Amino acid sequence: MASRLWASRAASYLRISAFNRGFASVVKDFKYADSHEWVKVEGNSAVVGITDHAQDHLGDVVYVELPEVGAAVTQGGSFGAVESVKATSDINSPVSGKVVEVNEELSNSPGLVNASPYETGWIIKVEMSDNGELKSLMDSDQYSKFCEEEDASH
Amino acid sequence: MTVPQASKVGLPLMNLVRFKGVPILKQLHLEERLLRTSSDNWCIVNDGTNAPTIVMGLSGKPSELLEVGSVLQDKVPVIKRFTGGGTVIVDPGTIFVTLICNRDSVPGVQPYPRSIMHWSGLLYNEVFEGFGDFRLHENDYVFGNRKFGGNAQSITRKRWIHHTSFLWDFEARNMAYLKLPQKAPEYRLARSHMEFVCRMKDYMTRSVFIDKTLKAMENHFSVRPVEVDVDASVHDAGFVHSTKVLMKHELEEALPISI
Repeated sequence: MASRLWASRAASYLRISAFNRGFASVVKDFKYADSHEWVKVEGNSAVVGITDHAQDHLGDVVYVELPEVGAAVTQGGSFGAVESVKATSDINSPVSGKVVEVNEELSNSPGLVNASPYETGWIIKVEMSDNGELKSLMDSDQYSKFCEEEDASH
Repeated sequence: MTVPQASKVGLPLMNLVRFKGVPILKQLHLEERLLRTSSDNWCIVNDGTNAPTIVMGLSGKPSELLEVGSVLQDKVPVIKRFTGGGTVIVDPGTIFVTLICNRDSVPGVQPYPRSIMHWSGLLYNEVFEGFGDFRLHENDYVFGNRKFGGNAQSITRKRWIHHTSFLWDFEARNMAYLKLPQKAPEYRLARSHMEFVCRMKDYMTRSVFIDKTLKAMENHFSVRPVEVDVDASVHDAGFVHSTKVLMKHELEEALPISI
């Protein structure tokens, strides 16, 4: 009981909320795509990664294919891939713009995507071309519900 | 005149393409193009490829996976494919079966590796029932504890591909080009290639295997044979393949440094 209370307080401090199932976490202020990528908006800049739900369903990530800095990304279009189990899975950009930075750490430590999907496991930073696109993304509550419904339907 | 198969009510349509002896590079180029640019479901069967070829997964490193010196000396082509997974050496004794599906066509299967892999195991259970102690084991198809089928996948937003190379027969000497991989399934137990794999020909004929596979597909899809010109697809402008043949210098860079 005490550890659950501690976990709940820690989650609250980190602005992370956990499902009732005690499963995939979300970060309150991020936005989410239905292909399970998150975006953290900082002015005109967006940091992008895959969600806890995604990393859990994918399994241990052994390789991340990163785009070149300077590459263009479009909302909903794929910009890279992760390899896990025997599969390559597309990573899709939640926003359009230009890649200004990639997380080089993932070349040596692809497991960061599993261990820290919202922090050290970030994948690219994008200079957004159209902030208006953010309106079509889900907030954390909508995304949590989306994941529940998706899992329940299978 | 061929009469098109009537569509079975309720089953999603699947195009069936049958090849024999098509080079594996052309097959992979076709598969990647169909995954990325088609909206149909596809089953591709290639009954043997034309020449021994090494095929690595997307993240494969030649220095870790291949006896590069022998590969260069014997001029064995090395391909890096667009799907994940491990390294195989394929030849006329290898039978390839590929499924390319819209995620919505396979209800109950989530577009993630383990879910697709599990579903494929159920499909092939139907194929191999009565032919040996078949199961899906740590992502491989095995009889007992010996592997005869290797799998790999690629998953996009709305579609996925699951393709398998089946060892109907193989040349023992070809296995010598492959190193024991660092990342091996637990059940391998450090066995050498020859102790780890088995030949499907000891269990069934090629035609029985292919016929039973197509029959199993018909339980899940409304299958219709189609003709595809694999040479036409290779030169399809506007689509950039990520599957590629490794150049000689790329292999030479992977040679161990001699002091």
